[in-house]
Amino acid sequence: MAEVVRLEEVAKVYTMGEEKVEALRGVSFSVAPGEFVSIMGASGSGKSTCMNILGCLDVPTSGAYLLDGVNVGELSGNQLAEVRNKKLGFVFQGFNLLARTTARENVELPLVYAQVPAGRRRALAQEALARVGLAGREGHFPNQLSGGQQQRVAIARALVNQPSIILADEPTGNLDSTTTVEIMGIFQELNRQGITIVMVTHEPEVAAFTGRQIVFRDGLIVSDTRSDRATRPGSGEGEGS
Amino acid sequence: MSTFLQSLLIALRALRVNKMRALLTMLGIIIGIAAVIIMVAIGSGASKMISDQISSIGSNLLLVLPGSLTSGGMRSGTGGAQSLTYDDAKAIRTECPSVAEVAPTVRGSAQVVYGNQNWSTVVLGVTPEIIAVRDWTLVAGRNISQSDVDGASKNCLVGQTVADNLFGSADPIGKIIRIKKIPFTVVGLLGRKGQSPQGQDQDDVIYVPLRTAQRKLLGSQFPNAVGAIMIEARSADTLKKAEEEVVALLNQRHRVGPGREVDYSIRNLSELLAVSEQSTRVMSLLLGAVASISLVVGGIGIMNIMLVSVTERTREIGIRIAIGAKERDIMLQFLTEAVLLTTCGGIIGMLLGVGGAQLVASIVGWPTLISVQTIAIAFAFSAGVGVFFGFYPARKAASLNPIEALRYE
Repeated sequence: MAEVVRLEEVAKVYTMGEEKVEALRGVSFSVAPGEFVSIMGASGSGKSTCMNILGCLDVPTSGAYLLDGVNVGELSGNQLAEVRNKKLGFVFQGFNLLARTTARENVELPLVYAQVPAGRRRALAQEALARVGLAGREGHFPNQLSGGQQQRVAIARALVNQPSIILADEPTGNLDSTTTVEIMGIFQELNRQGITIVMVTHEPEVAAFTGRQIVFRDGLIVSDTRSDRATRPGSGEGEGS
Repeated sequence: MSTFLQSLLIALRALRVNKMRALLTMLGIIIGIAAVIIMVAIGSGASKMISDQISSIGSNLLLVLPGSLTSGGMRSGTGGAQSLTYDDAKAIRTECPSVAEVAPTVRGSAQVVYGNQNWSTVVLGVTPEIIAVRDWTLVAGRNISQSDVDGASKNCLVGQTVADNLFGSADPIGKIIRIKKIPFTVVGLLGRKGQSPQGQDQDDVIYVPLRTAQRKLLGSQFPNAVGAIMIEARSADTLKKAEEEVVALLNQRHRVGPGREVDYSIRNLSELLAVSEQSTRVMSLLLGAVASISLVVGGIGIMNIMLVSVTERTREIGIRIAIGAKERDIMLQFLTEAVLLTTCGGIIGMLLGVGGAQLVASIVGWPTLISVQTIAIAFAFSAGVGVFFGFYPARKAASLNPIEALRYE
């Protein structure tokens, strides 16, 4: 099976007034189905820019980004929205749940934009919440949930559309160490079920939970290492695609 | 459709969160719509009153008046000459095919006495046709007859105002009243007509037979002269034709030609009054326009609040875009919210406007008229204001950069 993600010499240049900032200067890597990849680097290393491009929130200045074999750079705004909706799942550092909206409704949101009928939406959301261990909390509002629980809701929301890949941007940045382990455990479990995950972090301990670590510095990849001591290869491959 | 329903639910939720703000925002629209409805109600009420007055005069009317009189270099105004006669009226009736009815009148004023009551009023010498031409109703008694006219009898008809002043609540029929000291028997009571477009009380009148007025009450040097001839055409379409026929006939009868001026004038009353109706219509349009300025102000309020709302919810918009909302979805969401605000405001304003118009009618006593059309237009307008003033904020929301929006604190 072909790779889920393939970046070819991707560069990104921002123009800030007179100055040009090269956030990415020719980055190439690919992610195979079932991989759990962490992207590391200091701030300003280009890892966030890379994540935005992976998330189709930004487009590369040059180079190509192929997601499931489709060149994302050639898609229109609406098509990008569809890609984000159907093929990607986002988990953010700040959880980014809608306030005054129940856990279930937050999880249903991607399905709303995918025009899934209400009944099926509810069932899928229930199932996704159960997968992250939040069965029974469907009716809670974000402010009634702990940080770890909110992040689980966010993970359920990322899962619910059965995306090709989950993109997590510092998912444990706002959590204490116990909860961090808990959340990483959920990611590992999902990965074991065959879901491809790319995660940005700057903490080596968090990166240690993943099977592959890519390190960015000054807009370039400086290392790309695989370790076997973290997650084992997925057993339920294909489930997430 | 389901997307629309979805945005409606989202919009309802957003408004519920900020109830007070939503209400205050709506206030502009509420006041605007209420003002438009009240103003238009007053305007169309006035215009209806005028058209009612026009029809109270009688429809399809021509009025022939005597010409001016020149004596010793002094010219009197129109009607000064005694150039029209009862015979002219009879001739018009028989010789002009487009004319339905002819009512010659002579006019004077007199002191009227009944018992210990007296009243100064207009006395009009008329023929029986006056009832038909002026669209009068008789609420009691009978009309004066042709034999009353021919025999110059001392029978009369009284208007409501005269009856109220002379007889109070008593039945006027059969009572003897003295007009200029001459006793007359009241044979009929005219129905109520109210004010004329010029503001005169049309019910303050006594009708006596034409010949009686000419010879006994308002005696002049030309006993056969009449002060005016009212002519009713067969229909609105033949009004013009009737006018031409009357002019031709009178020119012939009065030998108008070289060396002899036209000694009468003819007026088309319906045309005259159509002009005043037109002017009230313009006025009601103007009132509506002024009121709709407040609607525009309300709309700007909506735009303001929607812009604030977009800024406040930048992060929410970022989340929605990130998880797959298209520009159209975001746009629809905020547009729906704006339209929901204005239509809710519109409905409340409509209720207030209808209530307010009734209040104006009952307290100030102005006639008001609310049509379904007005309400439909007001409602459509409020929705239109929502779309118009909600468009820019919605566009702004839809075009947010998701990366920046997600970082927004």
